[in-house]
Amino acid sequence: MTEPSAVLARVTGLTHRYGESAAIDTIDLEIPAGRMVGFIGPDGVGKSSLLALLAGIRKIQTGSITLLGDDLRKARHRRMLCQRIAYMPQGLGRNLYMTLSVFENIDFFGRLFGLSRGERERHIRELLEATGLAPFANRPAGKLSGGMKQKLGLCCALIHTPDLLILDEPTTGVDPLSRQQFWALIDRLRARRQGMSVLIATAYMEEAERFDWLVAMDDGRIMATGRPEEVKLHTGTESLDAAFIQLLPEHKRRGHQLLVVPPRSRQRQGLPAIQATGLGKRFGDFTAVDDVSFEIERGEIFGFLGSNGCGKTTTMKMLTGLLPASSGEAKLFGRLVDPHDLETRKRVGYMSQSFSLYGELSVMQNLELHARLFHLPRERIATRLAGLIEQFGLEDYVEALSAGLPLGIRQRLSLAVAVVHEPEMLILDEPTSGVDPVARDRFWGLLVDLSRNQGVTIFISTHFMSEAERCDRISFMHAGKVLASDTPRALINSREAGTLEEAFISYLQAAMGSEAQPAAIPKETGPVSSAVEQPPRTGAFSLMRLLGYSRREGMELLRDPVRLAFALLGPLILMIVFGYGISFDVQNLAYAVLDYDQSAESRRYLENFSGSRYFLQRPDIRDHADMEKRLRSGELAVAIEIPPDFGRDRRRGRPLQVGVWLDGAVPFRAETSRGYVQGLHRDYLADLARREQGTEVQVLPVDIETRFRYNQDFKSAFAMVPGVIMLLLMLIPAMMTAVGVVREKELGSITNLYATPVTRLEFLLGKQLPYVVIAMFSFLSLVLLALLLFEVPVKGSFPALAAGALLFVIASTGFGLLVSTFVKTQIAAIFAAAILSIMPTINFSGFLSPVSSLTGGGRIAGYGYPSSYFQQISVGTFTKALGFADLLINYLVLSAFVVVFLLLSLVLLRAQER
Amino acid sequence: MLLRRLQNIYRLGVKEIFSLRRDVVMVVLIIFTFTYAVYTPAKHALTELRNAAVAVVDEDHSQLSQRIRDALLEPYFKPPVLLAIDGIDAAMDSGRYTFVIDIPPDFEADLLAGRQPAVQVNIDATAMTQAGHGATYIRRIIAQEVEDSMRGGEAMTQRPVAQVVRVKFNPNVQSKWFLGVMQLVNMITLLAIMLSGAALIREREHGTIEHLLVMPLTPAEIMIAKVWANGLVIVIAATLSLKLVIQGLLDVPIAGSIPLFVAGMVIYLFSVTALGIFLATLVRSMPQFGLLAFPVFMVMNLLSGSTTPLDSMPEALQYAMQLSPSTHFVSFAQAILYRGAGFEVVWRDFAVIFLSGVVFFSAALLRFRKTISAVR
Repeated sequence: MTEPSAVLARVTGLTHRYGESAAIDTIDLEIPAGRMVGFIGPDGVGKSSLLALLAGIRKIQTGSITLLGDDLRKARHRRMLCQRIAYMPQGLGRNLYMTLSVFENIDFFGRLFGLSRGERERHIRELLEATGLAPFANRPAGKLSGGMKQKLGLCCALIHTPDLLILDEPTTGVDPLSRQQFWALIDRLRARRQGMSVLIATAYMEEAERFDWLVAMDDGRIMATGRPEEVKLHTGTESLDAAFIQLLPEHKRRGHQLLVVPPRSRQRQGLPAIQATGLGKRFGDFTAVDDVSFEIERGEIFGFLGSNGCGKTTTMKMLTGLLPASSGEAKLFGRLVDPHDLETRKRVGYMSQSFSLYGELSVMQNLELHARLFHLPRERIATRLAGLIEQFGLEDYVEALSAGLPLGIRQRLSLAVAVVHEPEMLILDEPTSGVDPVARDRFWGLLVDLSRNQGVTIFISTHFMSEAERCDRISFMHAGKVLASDTPRALINSREAGTLEEAFISYLQAAMGSEAQPAAIPKETGPVSSAVEQPPRTGAFSLMRLLGYSRREGMELLRDPVRLAFALLGPLILMIVFGYGISFDVQNLAYAVLDYDQSAESRRYLENFSGSRYFLQRPDIRDHADMEKRLRSGELAVAIEIPPDFGRDRRRGRPLQVGVWLDGAVPFRAETSRGYVQGLHRDYLADLARREQGTEVQVLPVDIETRFRYNQDFKSAFAMVPGVIMLLLMLIPAMMTAVGVVREKELGSITNLYATPVTRLEFLLGKQLPYVVIAMFSFLSLVLLALLLFEVPVKGSFPALAAGALLFVIASTGFGLLVSTFVKTQIAAIFAAAILSIMPTINFSGFLSPVSSLTGGGRIAGYGYPSSYFQQISVGTFTKALGFADLLINYLVLSAFVVVFLLLSLVLLRAQER
Repeated sequence: MLLRRLQNIYRLGVKEIFSLRRDVVMVVLIIFTFTYAVYTPAKHALTELRNAAVAVVDEDHSQLSQRIRDALLEPYFKPPVLLAIDGIDAAMDSGRYTFVIDIPPDFEADLLAGRQPAVQVNIDATAMTQAGHGATYIRRIIAQEVEDSMRGGEAMTQRPVAQVVRVKFNPNVQSKWFLGVMQLVNMITLLAIMLSGAALIREREHGTIEHLLVMPLTPAEIMIAKVWANGLVIVIAATLSLKLVIQGLLDVPIAGSIPLFVAGMVIYLFSVTALGIFLATLVRSMPQFGLLAFPVFMVMNLLSGSTTPLDSMPEALQYAMQLSPSTHFVSFAQAILYRGAGFEVVWRDFAVIFLSGVVFFSAALLRFRKTISAVR
C-alpha cells in the first residue's frame, strides 16, 4: 500500500483538445496518495476530461501522466492499472445497464474483473449491505432513484477492491439526504480500506469542504490546489463558493455582485396564475406524481426542490399540457390546461430541463424562428431580438451555432427564447444545472428582473439550495409527493433547522422512513475484502470476460420484447410474404383479341390462348385506338390481332400474318410472354399440319431436350425460398448488431470497455455471441417454415447448410458490428447498415440474377460481400442436393469474411476515448 | 388564422431543411441513394438474358456443332466454354454455368441420316431470371442452325401462318429501362420513410418536440411542415436523378410527361412521409424505429411490382398490396414513364395514393401527442 505522503499521480504538461478548443491547457500537477481529492469548478472547465485521462479512459494527446508509479501512455501499464482503478462516469448511472437488476449489474462488473463465483457473491453481499441496497437486489437499475443509482454505481466500482476510486460528479442531481448518505458511505469505506485514494469532481462547493485536498479548475487550467482551509485562507474568503469566485480571472468576475432579491409587493391580483389540485400521473404501475396541489400567485417566484426523478419535470409537463394528467386538474390563469388551447400557450414560456433548441441553427436563427412562430409583428421582431440579445448578453454569439455554445450561454439563449413573446408566466425546469456560480447569479438576476419589474410569474425547479432560498415560496418534492410547501424561512423554522438543506433532509427522513435509515454496517471489523487478495488476472484473453459481455447482452435482449419479437418473428413473417410474393412465375397474363375475321379458323387460333393457364382473357378489342389505349393503361399485357378474311385466306393457302403486341414496360414479363406466345403459335402450326396433311409433322429434325435441373417444375418457390433465407439471415442480424456498439456509445456504457480489463476482442465477440444464437434460432425456424409451409425440402446435407448458416450469421452480425464501430449515432448505424447491405444482398448476390452474369460494379459488389457465398450454400443444399465437399470454397470465403470483419472492427473500435 | 398556420408550416419546414443540410451523414446518404444505388443495379444486374454463362459439351466436333457454338452470341451469352462430359454435374452444382448444352457424338451424321438425334440442354432452374428465357433462346438458336444447315442456304419454306410479335414501349426489351426507374422508385420509398420518421424521433430524443408543443403550434402544423420539407428534398433529388442518372447516364428514353410523373411523386411523398411519421409514433427509440421501418419498406418495395411482376403473386397478396401506396406508385410510374400514359389513365392511382396518405396522416396525428409522453 502506498504511504499517505506518497504521490498518487504526477501530471506533466498535459493538454487535451477537442477540435479547436483546449479542454485541458498545459496542466502540471502532483496529487498526493491516500487522500480524498476534490476537483472543483463549474461544468466544462475540464474536470471530467482530467479525471477521464487519469482513469485511462481518454487517450493522452500531449503531456504525460504517471499514476501509481506507472506511465499511463504505455498500453501494457494501462491494462495492468485497470485492475487497480475504479471509475464512475458523470451522469446518473451512465455506465449501468437499466434493464439489469442491481445484483446483475454488480455481477457483470465482477466478471469483467475476473472474480470467481464465490468471490463475486461474497463481495456483492458485503457491498449491498454496506450501501443499504440489499433489499433492492432484484430491482432493475432503471427503476432506482437517482441516489440509489449512484450507490449502485459505487458498488460496481468497488467490486474489485481498487486502490484508486475516481468519481465524476457522483452527487449531481441527487437529493440532499442521499447525498449525505453517499458521503458517509465513502467515509466508512475509506476507513475500512486504508490507503485507498479517491478522486472526486463536484460542482457543489459545500461538498468540497469535506475533502482532504482540492484542485480548483477553470478554463482547462488549475487555479489553486491545497487543503480547503488553505484555499480559503489564500483568497481571504469564508466559503469555498466565494473563494472560487475570487479565484476567477478578472474578466469573468466582472459585473458579479451579490444578488439581492427585492421583496415582492404583497398584493393579490385576481386569480392565481397556476392552480394545481390533486394532480397525479401514472406510467403503467409507476406513480410519477401523486396528489400534488399548489397555487402560485401572479408575479411570484415559486420553486420546486427535489432530486432527479422525483416528479418535478412530470408536474411541469402536465402544467404545460405536454402530458395529460392521470388524476386531478391544473389551471393556468384560471383556465383548465388543455393541449388544444393555443391562446394560453402564447402567455406561457417554457424551458425544458435539457437544452431543447435547434443545435444546428445559429443563435439568431433560433431567436428568429421562435419570434416568427409566435407571430410577433414583423416590424417589431428586429428591435425585440436586438433587445433580447443585449439583455441576455449574447452579442458575441449571434452567428454561432447553438450546439457549440458553452452551457451557460446556451441556458441564457434558452431563457431568451422562452421570453421572446413576453409571456406572463415562465415554467423553467432546472434551468441552471451545470452552470457555474457566476453565470447562475447572472441568470437569476434576469429572473428577478422579470418577476419584480415586469410581473412575470416564475415557476422554477432546481436542486440547488442556494437557488431555492431566493424563491418566494418553495415546495420540497420527493417520490412524486410534495412534502412541504412554504417560504424558505418558514420551512427552516418549522423543522428548527439551521439551513434549508437540513430542513429538507429532516422532511425527507420523515417521509422515507426505513429507506432513509443509513445502512447498518454489519462487519465494522476488517477491510471490505478481508480474505486473501487474489492476484489480478490480466491475461490477454479471458473467456470469462467475453461471456460476461454475452450474458449481459443476452439478458438485455431477452428483456426487450420489441427487439426480440422483431428478431424472431420478423423473419418468419417476411419469409411468408416474400416466399409467396417474390415470384418469377409469369401467369395470369391479361390479353384481349382484335378479331377482324370472327371465323371458325380464327377462333381455332385463339382457342390455344383461352385454354392456356398463363393467359387471362379480357373483353375484345374494338379497334386499334382501343388497343393502343388499353395497352397504354397497363390493362393488357398482350394484344392479338387476327386480320380480316383470316379463315378464307387460310383455306386458299395465302400467306397470313397474325399480329401480337406485348407490353414491354416490364421487360421480364414481356420476354416470358413472348416465349409463351411463340409456343402457342407452334402448337397451332403443328395442329394445322395434322389437320391439313393428316400426318404428324415433325417441325424440327432434331430433339431438343431441355432439362430444368434442381427444380423440375421450374417453380419460383424452390429458387426463392433458399434465397429469402439468405436475405433474412443477412439483413436482420446485421440490423440488430449495427446499433450494438453505437448504442453503448450514446448511452455511455462504452466507458466500461475503456475502464475495465475487458479487451476489444472480448468486447466484440461477447456482444456478437447472443445475436449469433438468436440468428441461428431464426435460421432453424426459417428452415422449418420452408419444409412445412413451402414444402421445399433440404435435398442435400443439412449439416452443411447449418454450418454455412452459422458462418454466415457470424459474418452478418460481424458486419453489423463493423458498421457500428465507425458511425457515431444510432440513426446513422441503421441507415448505413440498411443501405450497405440491401443492395449487395438483393441485387448482386445471385438472389435475382446469377452472379456469373453480373458485370462491373455489380460483380465486384457481389463477390465482395458474404451474401453471394451463402446463397450458393443455401441453394446448393436445398435444391442441388450438395454437401460440404461440393461447396468447400464458399465456407472458406465466408470464414475469411468473418475474420476480415472482426479485424476491421478491432482496428476501428477505440480502446480509449479521444 | 389560416394565414398564420401557413406561416408556421412554412417556418417549421424551412427549419427542417436547415437541419437536414447540416446533417452530413444524411446528405451523403441522399446523394448515394439517388446516384449509385440507382445506377449500379440498372447497369450491372440485369434481369434479362445478358452475359449468361454457358458451357458446351461437344462430343460431335462437326461443322454443325461448331455452328451452334458460334451462334451463342454476346451480349446474350458469354463466349461458350467447352466442357468434358463428366464435368457437367460439378460445373452446374457450383453455379459456374447456368446452361450446359450437350451435343452427342455423330450428331450431324445422325441428323443428315434423318435419325432425329437429341441435343440436351441443361438449365440451372434456380437462376429464376435467366433460366426460362435462356431455354427459349437456346432452343431457337439450335433450331435455327439446324434448319439452316439442313437447307444449306435454300430459301426458307413459307410457313402457312406467320406470327409477328412486337414489343411496345421497350422494343428491345432492355431491363435497364425497367431497373433504373424501379430502383429510383424503391429509393424514394426508403428515403421518405427513413427521413421523416427519423426527423420526428430526433426531435423527440433532443426534446425539441416538446418545445414546439408548448408554443402556439398544433401537431398538424408540425407534421405538415415535416412532410413538405422532407418531401421537397426528395422530389428535387429524385427529379434530378431521373434527368441526370436515368435519362443521362443510363440513356433510358422517357415516353411520357415528366411533370405529370413529378406531380404523382409529390402525392406519393405526402403519403409515404406521413407513413414514416406514423411509424415513428409507434416506437420509442431509434433502434426500434429501424427494426420496424426496415420490414415495412422491404415489403413495400419487393412486392410492389418493382422487382417481380405483380401478377405473379398469389391473388390474396395482390389484393393486399393494393393497399400499399408503393404498388400504385410503381403502376403509375410505369404507365407514365414507359407507356406515355396521361392523366386520364393514372388518376385512379393518384387518388388511391392520396387517400392512403390521408389515412397515414390521420393515424399519425391521433398518436402524435400520446407518444410524446412515452419518451423516456
